[in-house]
Amino acid sequence: MELLELFLKSIFIDNMIFATFLGMCSYLAVSKKVSTAVGLGAAVIFVLAITIPLNWLLDQYLLKDGALAWLGPEYAEYDLSFLTFILFIATIATMVQLVEIIVEKFAPDLYNSLGIFLPLIAVNCAILGGALFMQQKEFPTITHATVYGIGSGIGWFLAILAIAAIREKIRYSNIPAPLRGIGITFIITGLMAIGFNSFGGMLTGGDGKAKSQGEEKTAVVKVDNTLEVAENTNTKISKK
Amino acid sequence: MGLSKKHKGLLLDPLADKNPITVQVLGICSALAITAQLKPSIIMAISVMFVLAMGNVVISLLRNVIPSKIRIIVQLVVVAALVIVVDQVLKAYAYELSKTLSVFVGLIITNCIIMGRFEAFALANKPWPSFLDAIGNSAGYGLLLIVVAFFRELLGSGSILGYKVFGDAIEKTGLYSIGYENNGFMMLAPMALIVVGIIIWIQRSKNPALIED
Repeated sequence: MELLELFLKSIFIDNMIFATFLGMCSYLAVSKKVSTAVGLGAAVIFVLAITIPLNWLLDQYLLKDGALAWLGPEYAEYDLSFLTFILFIATIATMVQLVEIIVEKFAPDLYNSLGIFLPLIAVNCAILGGALFMQQKEFPTITHATVYGIGSGIGWFLAILAIAAIREKIRYSNIPAPLRGIGITFIITGLMAIGFNSFGGMLTGGDGKAKSQGEEKTAVVKVDNTLEVAENTNTKISKK
Repeated sequence: MGLSKKHKGLLLDPLADKNPITVQVLGICSALAITAQLKPSIIMAISVMFVLAMGNVVISLLRNVIPSKIRIIVQLVVVAALVIVVDQVLKAYAYELSKTLSVFVGLIITNCIIMGRFEAFALANKPWPSFLDAIGNSAGYGLLLIVVAFFRELLGSGSILGYKVFGDAIEKTGLYSIGYENNGFMMLAPMALIVVGIIIWIQRSKNPALIED
């Protein structure tokens, strides 16, 4: 349930394009045709699904404050987090290269449709941004990180698919000349982002029934806690 | 300072007619998310200027040594190293601001302006013109950032650099006493896109040469 919530949240509420503007450059440049947009979107899902768990491992076992403790207690005090950027980007660049080689070797059909987009992706803000947000959110397990990666990828895919479809249609509309091309794309994206903003209440307000049940439980626990606290303070006072 | 005409062009063209954001459409990723207020935008503009200027000079000095097959990786390493410097300096001297900018300092690495200028200019030119090109482009980027942030902060929270220009919204002084309200919508993400769209619109109607067909 928690994973499903994370999945939906990363697709709709924290949508990479509409909420955090990640990967805008390729989003604007490659959204003129639906077919190329689908190719790039699929490549982004693919690469995010691989690099985010990988970077999670890197963060967990190498970069975090005290992450080197598995090497032995004397390493526990090292904090390598200042190396985050360079290691993340190196991982992403090498993974993209590796994926490109593997896909070319074993799935030539897939390579023909995705291949040209893969090098583009190494410098796509969405991939590094996804990794950095993953680090910031401090996911407890690698499953969370993977779900987050795939969800964000699907969100990005939906966004570029939608804008490409709109741009294909809008070619036949009579837009004021200075607004043609990139200007109107910005404004459409803004309007779409307003739409996506309304998903904000989806997971907090929509599941009222489940939530109230949960609240009852927590409330009971809280009452117990307060009782305990009260008892503790009582005993302390009596000791005094 | 005696700059030749070509050098002057490198420095001034990106401010308007070759603006990296509105005309070349590069570097939008990090530009939009941090423009809700003026102060982080200024810090961002300065950071990008530092990274781009240093990076352009370094790449330009190395341009005859870098094998073209691995140039992307070399460029990424140079930028990442410079961005780490910026990030550590911000964390040391402006911790609150570095929290506001959160991951967007790191995203300077994949800022398309930087890779774009490395590819298009620094790999083919000497260090001094590359430096001027970098300053020009990052100034064009910064200028747009500051314009967007100015309007978003002014209309969204009624202040400039935190200074309340319209009076106090809670105690109803100044403009608020006659019923003015802040437009909270300007603080949300979508309005950044729409503000940039409007700036592009204005710029292109002033200069029809930029209109796309």
